[in-house]
Amino acid sequence: MKGYAGKYLIIDLTRGKTSVGRVDESFALNYIGGYGFGARTLYDMMPKPAEVDPFSPENVLIWWTGPLAGTISTAGNKYAVFAKSPLTGIFGFGISSGLFASEFKSAGWDGVVFTGRSEKPVYLTIDDENIELRSASSIWGRTTWETEEMIKEELGDESFTVASIGPAGERMVRLANITNERNRQVGRCGLGAVMGSKNLKAVAARGTKDVEVFDTEGLVKFIAELNERCQGSATEKYRVYGTPANILVHNKLGCLPSYNFQRGTFEYAEEVSGEMMLKTHVKKIVACAGCPIACDHVNQAREDYAGTVSSVDYESLELLGPNCGIRSLDTITKAVEICDTLGVDTISAGNVIGWAMECFEKGILTKDDTDGVELRFGSNEALLEALRRMCLKEGRLGMLLSEGVRRASQIVGKGSERFAVHCKGLEWAAYELRSLQTSTLGFAVSNRGADYLRSGSYQVDVKGKVDRLRLDKSRGKIVYDGENQYAVIDSLIICKFTRGVFKSMDELAKLYTLVTGLSMTGEQILKAGERIHNVARCFNVKCGVTRKDDYPPPRAFEDPLPDDIVKGAVIRREEYDEALDGYYECRGWNRDGVPLKSKLLELGLTKEAEEVGVEA
Amino acid sequence: MESRLRKIIVCDPDKCNGCRICEYICSFASEGVLNIKKSRIRVVRIEPFLNLAVTCRKCEDPPCVKACPRDALTQKPSGIIVVDENKCNGCGWCVETCPFGVIRLHLDKRKIIICDYCEKHGYPRCVEYCPKEALKYVTLDQAARELSKKAVQTLMQELAVK
Repeated sequence: MKGYAGKYLIIDLTRGKTSVGRVDESFALNYIGGYGFGARTLYDMMPKPAEVDPFSPENVLIWWTGPLAGTISTAGNKYAVFAKSPLTGIFGFGISSGLFASEFKSAGWDGVVFTGRSEKPVYLTIDDENIELRSASSIWGRTTWETEEMIKEELGDESFTVASIGPAGERMVRLANITNERNRQVGRCGLGAVMGSKNLKAVAARGTKDVEVFDTEGLVKFIAELNERCQGSATEKYRVYGTPANILVHNKLGCLPSYNFQRGTFEYAEEVSGEMMLKTHVKKIVACAGCPIACDHVNQAREDYAGTVSSVDYESLELLGPNCGIRSLDTITKAVEICDTLGVDTISAGNVIGWAMECFEKGILTKDDTDGVELRFGSNEALLEALRRMCLKEGRLGMLLSEGVRRASQIVGKGSERFAVHCKGLEWAAYELRSLQTSTLGFAVSNRGADYLRSGSYQVDVKGKVDRLRLDKSRGKIVYDGENQYAVIDSLIICKFTRGVFKSMDELAKLYTLVTGLSMTGEQILKAGERIHNVARCFNVKCGVTRKDDYPPPRAFEDPLPDDIVKGAVIRREEYDEALDGYYECRGWNRDGVPLKSKLLELGLTKEAEEVGVEA
Repeated sequence: MESRLRKIIVCDPDKCNGCRICEYICSFASEGVLNIKKSRIRVVRIEPFLNLAVTCRKCEDPPCVKACPRDALTQKPSGIIVVDENKCNGCGWCVETCPFGVIRLHLDKRKIIICDYCEKHGYPRCVEYCPKEALKYVTLDQAARELSKKAVQTLMQELAVK
């Protein structure tokens, strides 16, 4: 089989020992790569996840590319990282792109698994066959951007690509991410904090080998066609305004979260719109390696923050902007820079600070709790100061925010849990809860917590294909279909912005076959998607996840939206229950959200059937 | 061919976003493999804003040809530099003399590789595959004319605004 390197690294950080694992054909066919490989290996390597403290040496940190990395496949240079999440306590997972995955694969590896904990700070270099754990003592404490430069300098070649953590990851801030090539992040689930707990500062990769594919001629031809389609209307939004184009679209629909999800519109939306940003702040649009779309809008701030440069996408812009009542693109650009360099997820950061601002305005948090910060909605200074302290775990405020919104609200109490907007401990992303109800169902059942990237269920709401202010049983099927498709996309791994470019699952299967030489149909690959999703769910069930965890936060049910366009919108509990039942039914899970033995066996998951599956 | 009619590959820094598709397709066009380290065109990214692909510019009186101590390099009338692999011993003298840094040492063969403008294919594949049309295969005069047009357009727009 081609496309895959066929082998992966196993590194015991405690002993500093390296061994090699093999990727065989049945593993490839059943689990594709990326998400699938991660779900399978995490499940297998952590038999009792409920007993594993995410910050202990027993946590396993896993990196996988997919078959497409390094092959010229359209927007296919991606890698995924997995571990038990310190933020959610369940299946932790994040994907990043850039050039990293291409170099990694070109070095001859599909992935790397880290176990144990290094005694001292180290970073891993993967230079073809030469694998080395090097001392990171001189770079410990540095920002992600500095780390990249220093490692390239130390290794004497700037063609190394570096994925690293910043000071936040080192301090085990539960929102910490992993950054490569400055602007690309494994953002969610606090996986940077897991690296920090293992004293692993970075992974640097350089490859010189050909990435062999099955039908190079055929692949190159197909890619020409796909890349051409990528210049069409399906990706126009991403190419022109980038994802911030969503700001005005969502504002108009009343689904733009603002003031910690108290509202669904933002009175200053124009000022922070994608249209405005392009006019006043975007200095350059850049692409990940192998991507014909190019969505990454790099901003340059002005005035107070002149010289500040950061890449601003919709989620970052929204959570750090409207959700905190912020209307200044300069401040948002600066806020993203703080997150990217110190190393935290912008989505979780904007969400938890929005929550803290609401606490402050309601008198639940006082200046005593915030070490003097006037943590009010719309305060530029407060946002930036809170961010900095959170990343560095500085003072009472910093310590509190660094725990993420679920833990922070449990610590503070006083009813603040009611407006902590998360699911399973993962902070809700920038899609309103009550005015996009299919979306909310998709977020709430997702394997990694409140997640906009696992099913794309917001699309039917935004496009007006369903009544987005109500729920019914049929929505379960929409989420189910979306999840299985996205599991394939995340396993290949290919950028979701190409989803309008592929005409069918058959085309994704065709791409897989051209690259690997393994025969695959659309139906088979979709089945693999379902299999992968179930493995991750079984891991979560072992962590204690059941039906009770598949609900959105109280605000969705209890606080009707005040905005004119969607006035009074709220989720009715009985409708949600019905939709959730519909979803479980499609999934072949029982009413408690546990997969049925029969379903698991149908998917070939005998181990899961035995360990987790229940009788009908 | 007279040098003024020579077409070269030029890259528009406003359009180039550093996607490296040119590098991937070049390795395929040149050697039938996928490996950006074997590309004859090089994408330069200088953070945070600069992106540009560069390749052989078919210099007049090329310094690489002059530098080669084994006469392994010759320039065709079309401007393309030809490498005689029997003569090249990979000393890399030419690599150092190229003002654009677009000569590379082949990783496996230890011989020099230089863009041959996809001579056999008849048209540079990188230009065909560039998704943003940042790469163009034109004479320098054509490239200059495009620049003039752009400048005039901008100027006129500014005047119209005033």
